[in-house]
Amino acid sequence: MPIDTLDRFEVKYLRIIDENGTADPSVMPPLPDALLKNIFEKIVLARTFNQRAMSLQREGRIGTYASFYGQEAAQVGSALAIAEGDWVFPSFRESGVLIALGYPMRRLYSYWAGDERGMQAPPGLNVFPMSVPVGTQAPHGMGAAWAMKYRKEKKASITYFGDGGSSRGDFHEALNLAGVFKVPAIFFCQNNQWAISMPRQRQTAAKTIAQKAIGYGIEGMAVDGNDAVAVYKATTDALDRAKRGEGPTLIEAFTYRLDDHTTSDEASRYRPKEEVEAWRVKEPLIRLRLFMEKKGLWTREYEEGVGKAALDAVDREIEAYEGMAAPEPSDMFRYTYDELTARQKRELKEFGWER
Amino acid sequence: MGKMNIVQAVQEALRLEMERDGDVVVLGEDVGRDGGVFRVTEGLFERFGPERVIDTPLSEIGIVGAAVGMAAYGIKPVVEIQFMGFIYAGLEQIFSHASRIRSRSRGRFTCPLVVRAPYGIGIKAPELHSESSEAFFCHMPGVKVVVPSTPYNAKGLLTSAIRDPNPVVFLEPARLYRSIKGEVPDGEYSIPLGKASVYQEGVDFTVVAWGTMLHRAADAAEGFDCEIIDLMTLKPFDEETVLGSVKKTGRLVVVHEATMNLGLGAEVAALAAGEAIEYLKGPVIRVAGPEAVVPMARLEDDYMPGVERIKRAYEKVMRY
Repeated sequence: MPIDTLDRFEVKYLRIIDENGTADPSVMPPLPDALLKNIFEKIVLARTFNQRAMSLQREGRIGTYASFYGQEAAQVGSALAIAEGDWVFPSFRESGVLIALGYPMRRLYSYWAGDERGMQAPPGLNVFPMSVPVGTQAPHGMGAAWAMKYRKEKKASITYFGDGGSSRGDFHEALNLAGVFKVPAIFFCQNNQWAISMPRQRQTAAKTIAQKAIGYGIEGMAVDGNDAVAVYKATTDALDRAKRGEGPTLIEAFTYRLDDHTTSDEASRYRPKEEVEAWRVKEPLIRLRLFMEKKGLWTREYEEGVGKAALDAVDREIEAYEGMAAPEPSDMFRYTYDELTARQKRELKEFGWER
Repeated sequence: MGKMNIVQAVQEALRLEMERDGDVVVLGEDVGRDGGVFRVTEGLFERFGPERVIDTPLSEIGIVGAAVGMAAYGIKPVVEIQFMGFIYAGLEQIFSHASRIRSRSRGRFTCPLVVRAPYGIGIKAPELHSESSEAFFCHMPGVKVVVPSTPYNAKGLLTSAIRDPNPVVFLEPARLYRSIKGEVPDGEYSIPLGKASVYQEGVDFTVVAWGTMLHRAADAAEGFDCEIIDLMTLKPFDEETVLGSVKKTGRLVVVHEATMNLGLGAEVAALAAGEAIEYLKGPVIRVAGPEAVVPMARLEDDYMPGVERIKRAYEKVMRY
């Protein structure tokens, strides 16, 4: 008996706008101008937040910070596809996602300055605190989606992680469970090519991370992560499918971390300069600008106005963050359980932390 | 009121809570059609269907992690881990997420889940089926740890655990599952978490124990006039009841199955030393498992503190 082929697979890759700002009409969705401008403006805002965070860290005004510079299209493009009522499970590099969702920037700065109040999402925004242990948030996204399905609600969850996170068991168990129970969960991988000093090739021998979906019987696709429109479309389609009951999707966005891993890292120790420069010209704002200019949506004055507004907004938020009263030591106790234990009550007294 | 064993009592608590609250779901390996490896969830699948009694893939990280997401969303998952030795895969999810999501989100998200697992030796099971690692969980702020010892308190404590707004690790003594029977009231009732129960009153010394060891401690007490405290909730444990009893008797013995080093007995002893030293007539004595890996069946009776060892501890404490 000859060897049979039981199944065949392919890994799809979506790119809509190329590096010269030219859109492929065969895949370009009919997006309103206001949305394109919103994407552009949120990328500028997120980048401004990020630049200011880097300076604040150098000045000692916040602590260790994880930059998302270079990944704005992946973060903003996906975030703007998220609907009210959806749940978001970010990793620590997703400040840009949160900003695009309208998360108060003062809270993000305070979080990065070591104040846990910063991860308290405001009412109406279902954003989990950023996960620090890499990839461990993937089962949470699966579980929330499971609960949405249980309650028969037309919602979905989206879990963010990176190429490093795709090596974790949590990621694999979450995808497996999501497939078995066909829950409305999106797993959004920003493959930024580096997990601290480990290149993508050290995470997996597979050609793509997107193809890992195949092993779990779920939808998977790759997308140009520096093309905000492609990211927006891929995420929108995946969320729509999930809400129609068609199950989970793994999206791999090819992008690049232009900065160090965090402010405590020095990427030049392990990363060739030429590689960084090659990606620098592919950064997301360049092509979006060219694309919008062709459509008559971009002028120098427009960008100057957007930049100025972003800087003003960020400055106001920094001022608000720096004006916040310091957290009370008793806050440590207040949210350990729903009520204080006998020991906590005693310790509050002993430490002189009673308010 | 009827006589039942702990398996039946746990099952009844699950059934009643699932009837009372449509958000309570049970998930784990083989918990559905098969009714669980110990048959604790038997009949629930037929009664509540596959959406509420969920047979999962073999995936401890995924199950516990998914339950964190479900619980934060507002569903009340009751996870069954087949044996305590298999809970270790899920530790990061419990320690890094379930225990601290309330704190990390400053109250915006909570994690009212229950992780049930049989613990302890005495059923001649294979390796890693007999762990008693309760102290790991007791060490972690944000988690509650509960160990029932009778059918009556198993039902009442699990009811409270399911209704509790915090993550609860609920450890069921495997050895006691079917070996003891007791009166269990019909209908729902709850036993508050964080409160110990005085199993037996006495005056000469205080014994603190939980789960399987409670019964050993009681068996060993024949001929002694001691007060036996069933801790029931191990974290946060009822310091007031323990201290009240120690101040009354002036002597303390703690009995647990887990290895002595950094076991919960150390915390109970330190509490007595720190808060009631002037009442103590002699040293606090701990009876615990040896500093050894939990053995397989042939040696399990040697590992587990037996009546004779406990008796010797009672005799020793009475010399002071």
